[in-house]
Amino acid sequence: MRRTLDAWQALLGKELRTEARTMRSLPAMVLFAVTTFIIFRYGLDRTQLSGSLAGGVLWTTLLFASILGINRIFVSELEEGGFDSFRLAPVASNVFFAAKAAALFIYLTVLELIVVPVFALFFLPDWAALLPLIPVLLIANLGISLLGTLISSMAVNSTSRDLLVPLILLPLIVPLMIAATGASAPLFDASGPVFDGFGGWLMVMGLYDGVFLLVGYAVFDFLLED
Amino acid sequence: MEAGSEKAVTLRGLTREYGERLALDGVDLDLGFGQTLAVLGPNGSGKSTLLRILASLLRPTSGEVTVLGCRLPDESWKLRGRVGFVGHTPLLYRDLTGRENLALQARLHGLEPELARDRIEADLAVVGMSRRADERVGSYSAGMRQRIAICRATVARPELLLLDEPDSNLDPEGREAVRGLIGPSEGVTRVLVSHEPERARAEADRVLELTPGGKVASEAVA
Repeated sequence: MRRTLDAWQALLGKELRTEARTMRSLPAMVLFAVTTFIIFRYGLDRTQLSGSLAGGVLWTTLLFASILGINRIFVSELEEGGFDSFRLAPVASNVFFAAKAAALFIYLTVLELIVVPVFALFFLPDWAALLPLIPVLLIANLGISLLGTLISSMAVNSTSRDLLVPLILLPLIVPLMIAATGASAPLFDASGPVFDGFGGWLMVMGLYDGVFLLVGYAVFDFLLED
Repeated sequence: MEAGSEKAVTLRGLTREYGERLALDGVDLDLGFGQTLAVLGPNGSGKSTLLRILASLLRPTSGEVTVLGCRLPDESWKLRGRVGFVGHTPLLYRDLTGRENLALQARLHGLEPELARDRIEADLAVVGMSRRADERVGSYSAGMRQRIAICRATVARPELLLLDEPDSNLDPEGREAVRGLIGPSEGVTRVLVSHEPERARAEADRVLELTPGGKVASEAVA
């Protein structure tokens, strides 16, 4: 167990160190999200959004920004032989999956730390919704990371991976996005955060995360095969 | 030595196809523990494919493959960590330094931190890369990358070394230096692919010659 944890830490450390040095994913994700908020702000011609419209704007933007990171999460492994290198080491494939998913989770969290305040600044009357929004963001991040890692590992060997990832990911992630928007919308109520059905939506998201955690655990070894 | 197995590598009727094309065609081979096999043949004769199958990086299309007592591909997980592989790509992360790449491999192979540190420093000294090891691999010349790739392949002191033209990109001094890590060593079985037949024969206990299309032209004791 200690060796597994050490291998996971080593792989995650490699991911974060590489991203810190190259900035291949995060700046593009942040730029995309902020630009999209600006377009929404002037396209909708509204200085304040509430309810499901606010939730929709937030999650649409975060989802598409996350695809930029998902597309790149395995590129260095493909280009630099990381898959072969890992398969020669005495570490279970699931550790690789867990490290990649954790890296993606951290990228999404950093993205949200930067762009959710921008969203609040552009569209919300105050910051009251942000605190209860945190669990929604974290549980959604977990689901996006797990599914994104799975899909990306399937698509990485294809020359059309930039097309394949959204093509496979978007239909599968609809339930999570419905639940995330459902949980977020009452928090953005014009009269202040409302918690009707909040716990139920979080449970749906948790269930979704659990399903893809199990799927990833079960199939990732097969996906790493030649 | 694996209990119940006398040979480090046993192949029976190994065939590998890429679509319609045969890369290996019915290869038979026995290689004892601690022996060195030289694999010779022109481009396209399946030498690299053979090495990738032995490393369990590629599945055979048909035939029996047993490496260090593990039947491949079914028992490939048992082989992990016991094979060192030097291929055409160095399997190094360009944005990590040479030393960071080796430390990552050492951790993945479960080496204790102190042992890993000592071994990495010693190996870097052997291949003459101690002073440049804190630079990113992306800034290295091809020869420097090859030296670090050889350190990566041997950091866990594998029982079987699969070496696909390990001298490529190395100058004479570099070739001599890396022998300290991949040269003949007691208890280590080696499979060496080379385009320099005389040099390979000089090191080998057995020689396997392949023809274009992956047929065995000859298999002999050197």
